[in-house]
Amino acid sequence: MAIDLLIGAIKAIVILLLVLNLSAVLLWFERKGSALIQDRVGANRAAIFGIGKRMGLPNLGLMNTLMADPLKLFTKEDFVPEGADKFLHALGPFLALFPVLVTFAVVPIGDAIQIGGRTVQLQAASINAGALYILATIGVGVYGVALGGWASNNRWALLGAVRATAQMISYEIAMGLAIISIVITFGTLDLQNIVHQQGGVWFGWLPRWGIFLQPVAFVMLLTAGMAESKRVPFDLPEGESELIAGYFTEYSGGKQACFMLTDFAEVVLVAVLVTLFFFGGWQVPWLYGDGFHLGVHQLLLPRVAVVIVGVLAFWIKVVMFCWLQILVRWTLPRFRYDQLMRLGWKGLVPLGLLNVLVTAFVVVLATGAGR
Amino acid sequence: MPVQLFIFLAVVSIASSLGVVVQKNPIHCLLALILTLITIGALFVALDAVTVGFLQIIVYVGAIMVLFLFVIWLLNLQAEPVPIGHLGLKFFATIAVAAMAAELFVFLSKTRTALGEVNVAAGYGSIDSLAQTLFGQYLMAFETTSILLLVAVIGAVAVARRALPVRASAGSPRPGAPS
Repeated sequence: MAIDLLIGAIKAIVILLLVLNLSAVLLWFERKGSALIQDRVGANRAAIFGIGKRMGLPNLGLMNTLMADPLKLFTKEDFVPEGADKFLHALGPFLALFPVLVTFAVVPIGDAIQIGGRTVQLQAASINAGALYILATIGVGVYGVALGGWASNNRWALLGAVRATAQMISYEIAMGLAIISIVITFGTLDLQNIVHQQGGVWFGWLPRWGIFLQPVAFVMLLTAGMAESKRVPFDLPEGESELIAGYFTEYSGGKQACFMLTDFAEVVLVAVLVTLFFFGGWQVPWLYGDGFHLGVHQLLLPRVAVVIVGVLAFWIKVVMFCWLQILVRWTLPRFRYDQLMRLGWKGLVPLGLLNVLVTAFVVVLATGAGR
Repeated sequence: MPVQLFIFLAVVSIASSLGVVVQKNPIHCLLALILTLITIGALFVALDAVTVGFLQIIVYVGAIMVLFLFVIWLLNLQAEPVPIGHLGLKFFATIAVAAMAAELFVFLSKTRTALGEVNVAAGYGSIDSLAQTLFGQYLMAFETTSILLLVAVIGAVAVARRALPVRASAGSPRPGAPS
C-alpha cells in the first residue's frame, strides 16, 4: 500500500517536472528558432563569468532564457490594478495552468515495466476513460483566462478574455470530434490501449500508426489544438496591435510567467496528444517486446532497453511536434476574427462530423459490429 | 470509495453550493457553482459511474457554465446590495427553515443508511455498458429525445434569426438604411 503510494507520487512528480522543464526549454527553442527563421542572432546575453566564451563556445543564450528571465519575472513587482477583483486576479493564472498540467496525469510515456515482481505502468494515473478525462480537463481550462481577464478591470483585458473564451469553446468542439473519431477507430478510451494497438506493421513494413487510419482527424486535432493554445496564427485573444496584450495586460511578475508557462504547457500538450493518437505514442517502428524485427532482419534487445527506447522515442516525437508548432507560429500571420470563427464553425466542425460519420460506417462495415 | 474521500468531496460540494447562494458577486457565485459541479463529477467517478462523471464536467463545466459566464458579462451584472427585507418575513422564514431541518434530521436518523459494500458488476458505469443500455434497451427514448433537442435548436435559431430583409420596392427605403 505505502509503496504503491510512493510509486504513484514519484511518477506524478517525474511527469510534472518533465512537462515543466520541456515548457521552459521551449521558450529558448522559440527565441533561437525565431531568430533562425528571421535571420537574426537571437538570445545571446548573460553568461556566468563568461565561461563559455573562454572555452571558445558561442553564447546560445541559455542562461538568459532559462535563468535570468525567470529570476527577473519572479522578483518583479506583483502589480494589481485599482478596482480589480483581487481574489480572482490572483486565482486566474493558476486556474489557467492547473488543468493543463493535470491533463498529463493520464498520458502513458512508456510501456509497463517490471520492478521486483511488480508491474509499473509508466503513466501517473491509469484511467480507463482517459480520452474523456482529457476532454474534461481541457474544458475546465477556459476559466483561468476568462476570469483573469475579467478580474483585471480593464477593457482590453476583458475583450481579450471574451475572445479567448469564444475561441476556446469553439475549437474544443472540433477537438472533441477529432478525439471521438480516434476513439471509434480504436474502440477504446484507454490511452495505453490506444498506444498498444498502434504497435506492429502493415504490409510487413508500414507501422500501424493512427495517422494512416485518421489523416483528417490528425489535421483537425493539430489545428484545433493550436487554436486552444492561443498562439499565432490564433493569437487574437492577445493581439498586441489591438488589445495591448489581451487577457494578461494587467499581469506582471510571477503571475504573468504563469500565463506564459500555460501557453508552452499547452504546446507540449498538443504535441503529446498528436503523438499518442496518431504517431504511436511510445511505439518505435519495427520494435517489439524483444527487439527490432524488419522482414528477416532482427536485432534482439533486453526488455529494459526496449522500454527505455520507447520512452526516449515518445519524448523525441513530442519535441518534434513542439518544434512544428513553433515553426507554424513564426510562419503564418494572424487570422482575422471572422476568419477564425469561419474556420472553426464552417470548416472544422462539419468536417469533424463527417469524419465521425464515415469512421463509424467503416468500422461497422469492417468489424460487422452492427447486424 | 474510501469514506475519507467521500467526506472530503461532500464537504467541498456542500460548502461551494452554499457559496453559490450567499455570495453577492455573480462571478464569484459562478465560480462556486463550477466547483460544486466538479466535486459532484468527482463523486460520480468515485462511485464507478466514470462516464457520467466525466460527461458532467465536459458538458456542464466545459460548456454550460461558459454560457452563464457570457450571460453575466453581456448583461453586465454587478454585485447588488441585498435589500434588508421585512423583519416579520425573516422571522417566519427562520422558523420554516428550522422546522425543515428538524424534519430532515428526524427522518434521516430513522432511516438505515449503512448499506455496506455494494457489489456492482464488472464494467458498471463504463462507456460500454452505458452505450449498451442507451442504444439497446432505451433506443426509442434516446432517439426521440435527440429529435426533440434538434427541434429545440432549430426553433432557437429561427427565433433568434433576424427577419429577412423585405425586398425594397422603389421609393421606400430599406429599414435601417442611411437616408
